[in-house]
Amino acid sequence: MINKVVQDAASACQDIPDGATLMLGGFGLCGIPENSIQEILRKGIKNLTCISNNAGVDDFGIGLMLQQRQVKKMISSYVGENAEFERQLLSGELEVELIPQGTLAERIRAGGAGIPAFFTPAGYGTEVGEGKESRAFHGKMYLMETWLKADFALVKAWKGDTAGNLIYKGTARNFNPMMATAGRITIAEVEELVPEGELDPNQIHTPGIYVQRIFQGKDYEKRIEQRTVRQAEPASS
Amino acid sequence: MSLDKHGIAKRIAQEVQEGYYVNLGIGIPTLVANYIPEGMNVVLQSENGLLGMGPFPTEEEVDPDLINAGKQTVTTLPGSALFSSAESFAMIRGEHVHLTILGAMEVSERGDIANWKIPGKMVKGMGGAMDLVASAKNIIVAMQHTSKDGQSKLLKNCSLPITGLQCVKKIVTDLAVLEVTAEGFRLLERAPGVTVEQIQAATEGKLIVEGEIPEITV
Repeated sequence: MINKVVQDAASACQDIPDGATLMLGGFGLCGIPENSIQEILRKGIKNLTCISNNAGVDDFGIGLMLQQRQVKKMISSYVGENAEFERQLLSGELEVELIPQGTLAERIRAGGAGIPAFFTPAGYGTEVGEGKESRAFHGKMYLMETWLKADFALVKAWKGDTAGNLIYKGTARNFNPMMATAGRITIAEVEELVPEGELDPNQIHTPGIYVQRIFQGKDYEKRIEQRTVRQAEPASS
Repeated sequence: MSLDKHGIAKRIAQEVQEGYYVNLGIGIPTLVANYIPEGMNVVLQSENGLLGMGPFPTEEEVDPDLINAGKQTVTTLPGSALFSSAESFAMIRGEHVHLTILGAMEVSERGDIANWKIPGKMVKGMGGAMDLVASAKNIIVAMQHTSKDGQSKLLKNCSLPITGLQCVKKIVTDLAVLEVTAEGFRLLERAPGVTVEQIQAATEGKLIVEGEIPEITV
């Protein structure tokens, strides 16, 4: 198989230029590419367009890139957890495009699957539909939405092999599989990098064809936004 | 006496039926899960990629890789399934989810809903709300009947930016249960001790009252 392994986040992200369009996997802070984000912060890459469901929180994830004014434009579905985001948006420093979550997911999927446009009912009759083509199918109105692609897709998986095959865990999967398909260069960071042959081909979520670079990630914080717990039931006597 | 948020959640839980796949929004809708009758087989969908959402974890079970759409830590159940966001919204758009329960700032007498944006305030985004309301077969809204200063939120026309058109089927408020019909809001039930006149006064949109209106039992 083709070996996709690179040394670390620094080698994986070495050619991301100022002004690049990035996709960053994750839902909230769950399943975000922590190592690649750290590298972008270290390098200080600027004028980025970031496609990501959320924009992190003030002191973690994409929020850190906003703090350093590295983001020119955010394309997201929900950005409510971030005060610096709000400040930059209101002051006009940051451009924002809000997209219904399912439409965002499908636009990315379409980008990876070679489908330039599709029709969805989400947003018809709302400001999301302004300026877009709409059409009736079987008596219901739909909006035309177009594909999204990126120069670099930064994804995070649980396990990956040297051939670039990926397996995600829990709800950390979210946007990562579609983004992996829609990057011109897809960079995957994984918690556990194994030799080819060690992952069961039946269990692969993202086939290696979509991944150009893979590296062993380190020091995952996996910050929790809303830690909600219940009391453990008392042990039965 | 008007219903509190738990009362609203309890009344909505009566709408859930055996075998339903249900998507619960953030806020009062999340509370509905607590009042689904024991033994009823209902599967909760969380649009970030989980079918079969379990209760909050114990301290020992907390897994940062397992959250719901409100970013709260949750658990899986025997029979749960995990999937991508694209798959999740295929389920929603494809009308495989039987019931969507969500909050609203305003609903119009035609069933239009506004729940994502207040002009002049920070816009947080619509998340999955527009996808959900555009496709759900059955949408029940949990909301307060009036604003804090007494303005009706059940209107002829929504004044806030729309989330979706003609999609709400039923509304449970602190004062009443209403069905959205082609003619307007049909009053089905009233909160204990609340009169039809009080509901009428709190409803700007067309209210249809036919016969005796029973009290809500929760």
